[in-house]
Amino acid sequence: MADEKQSSLLIDNISMTFNLPDGSSVEALKDVSLGLATGELLSVLGPSGCGKTTLLNIIAGFLAPTGGQIILNDHQVQGPAPERGMVFQRGALFEWMSVRKNVGFGPAMKGVPEKQIRTRVDELLEIVGLHDFGDKAVYELSGGMQQRVALARCLANDPDVILMDEPLGALDALTREKMQGLVLKLWKETGKTIILITHSVEEALLLGERLLVMAPRPGRIHKEYHLPFAEMGVDADLREVKKHGDYGSKREEILSMIWEMEEEIMGRKE
Amino acid sequence: MLVLMIYVTIFVLAYVIYQAVAGRSSKKVGFNARKTVTFGDESAVTANRAASVISVVSIFLIWGAFTGSNLTPIHVPGPFVGKTSFTYTATNAENQTDDGTVHINVAKVGNDSKKPTLPESGQSGFAKDDALKVGAWRSALIRVQNNDDGGKIKGYRVTAINGQAIAPNQMVEVADGVVSMTSKGSLSFAPSKGWQMEPIWLPAPEAIVTRLFEISRDGYQNVALSENIGWSLFRVVVGFLLGSLVGIPLGYAMGLNDWFRGWFDPIVEFMRPIPPLALIPLVIIWFGIWEQGKISLLFLAALWIMTISARAGVSGVNISKVHAAYSLGASKLQILLHVIIPNSLPEIFTGARVAMGVCWGTVVAAELVAAEKGAGKMIIAASKFQQTDIVIMGIILIGIIGFGIDILMRMAESVLVPWKGKG
Ligand SMILES: Nc1ncnc2c1ncn2[C@@H]1O[C@H](COP(=O)(O)OP(=O)(O)OP(=O)(O)O)[C@@H](O)[C@H]1O
Ligand SMILES: [Mg+2]
Repeated sequence: MADEKQSSLLIDNISMTFNLPDGSSVEALKDVSLGLATGELLSVLGPSGCGKTTLLNIIAGFLAPTGGQIILNDHQVQGPAPERGMVFQRGALFEWMSVRKNVGFGPAMKGVPEKQIRTRVDELLEIVGLHDFGDKAVYELSGGMQQRVALARCLANDPDVILMDEPLGALDALTREKMQGLVLKLWKETGKTIILITHSVEEALLLGERLLVMAPRPGRIHKEYHLPFAEMGVDADLREVKKHGDYGSKREEILSMIWEMEEEIMGRKE
Repeated sequence: MLVLMIYVTIFVLAYVIYQAVAGRSSKKVGFNARKTVTFGDESAVTANRAASVISVVSIFLIWGAFTGSNLTPIHVPGPFVGKTSFTYTATNAENQTDDGTVHINVAKVGNDSKKPTLPESGQSGFAKDDALKVGAWRSALIRVQNNDDGGKIKGYRVTAINGQAIAPNQMVEVADGVVSMTSKGSLSFAPSKGWQMEPIWLPAPEAIVTRLFEISRDGYQNVALSENIGWSLFRVVVGFLLGSLVGIPLGYAMGLNDWFRGWFDPIVEFMRPIPPLALIPLVIIWFGIWEQGKISLLFLAALWIMTISARAGVSGVNISKVHAAYSLGASKLQILLHVIIPNSLPEIFTGARVAMGVCWGTVVAAELVAAEKGAGKMIIAASKFQQTDIVIMGIILIGIIGFGIDILMRMAESVLVPWKGKG
């Protein structure tokens, strides 16, 4: 496919089967293929258990798929590496380090000189709006601030791809909206490829140039959308974007799609 | 039983009074005071300082009251001390009867006291008055017949005390004590004991304080107090450090490597439930009773605790942190140094606190068995001479030091691992 040729990140026919101790097995992913060009912003939606986290962990290199491969910049992914940064939902910051040390962790591991790290970290803290908090302990920050630290820490390594597994899932609505704006801003300013998993249809619409809806059992891509809202949201108020006529109709469409899937799961269980 | 009842009564009374007082002057502040649900909300239950103070004070009050301490204003009735007497009625071989009086001087043991002087009168008849001295809480035999005319002749016998009939193996209560008759017909007087404890069972608090000053000045059996305690502490610290030095790396290895885990799991799981005290006999056989043996014992006591806590510290790491570190480009060594070790520190500190407590208890017990110097050795030596005050002083010191160690460890913990429980 021509599309795949110019892709910087290629998800090539990925399958993942978990063998359970009782002898049965779960097909968490089956034949998932997708290409992403540099600088694309992809959001992934789907009912619980459809394999979103599994897919992200495979891209990050934490899991080896039972079939298929991940190719980034013409290299096959073998394990975790700094070219693929990860932002977790919560609990992944190092609470024994100051905010500054957390953000500078990646460069410090590479042996970048102290001075360079400092300027870089200050820059990043400025970008995420935490310039006054560099010397605080991370557990002294609110949940929203902690996620900003996690974002800054990820950016400090200058990864090619940023992977986020429900990064805003634990935040309250207001903080979440601010953080959505921040993600869009960072996306535009840095030009990174971003994959973002979310449970919120609204968030997926706002933070996805492309939106993937996945279906469960086996986990697979159900439908893909190309959306204008992320681009719109870069300059405009996110609330203005939500008033857009298309936004509402897309939201309803996707919501009912996911509802159907959820109902199907429930029906199958009975 | 009585003491327990008194203690419970004080508990209830103090609570009622405190509630009444605190309720009236209700100037409660802070967040907890605003909580309506406190029963079941553990965080809302903080130790009531007033209760702690009253609790400690009342223990001392009860202790003082039952030992006749000078520090406490009220005492339970003490043993009878002073002069008393009883009369006995004797029948001689000729079937005549006569009365005699026994004059008694009861004094605290250790106080030099004399037998009371007998009055000039009352010496008519064949039964002659007697004099007796008895220590408080003790009893004394008196053979009243010894000085009686015809007392040695068969047929002489004492028939009544203060007018109450008495026969061998019976007793009669008299003022300030009990008179009993042995099977051979001698009398024995026991002054009333009261409710106070004899110093040999439980000395008064001030006696222990005096003893503390005395011992810390002069030492005990030629060993200074600081030396006794210093030796115990030294053993604990050395044993604990050696145990940590081996246990922590071993715990890490078990948390990080399946071969290590498999190899040491059976050993650790087997050794863990064995109380260190149960190892004393074996350690004595292997290493002898001197320093080597005691330090080996403490080493073993600390080892398993530290191993297990280090292992738990490794397995307690949130996998997201490890994943994040790998994604940020950290090597395995860097992950160990910057993620796994710091993440396990709170767990290790908890283990260290437990280990220090266990070591302290174990060292005292080991010193009870065999030692030249040490806190445990001091109290076991004192107990052989029934120096209860030294024993109790030693026990209190041991408790205070153990408590002090724990407080120090907690302080170190809050300085060194301030992120504990905040992950
Ligand atoms: N380690 C594992 N062992 C066995 N089964 C697993 C494991 N991890 C995931 N699964 C199974 O794979 C499927 C997909 O899981 P995954 O966590 O990827 O779902 P998800 O889409 O991220 O769900 P959620 O939205 O709830 O986070 C589930 O059915 C799950 O039970
Ligand atoms: Mg998930």
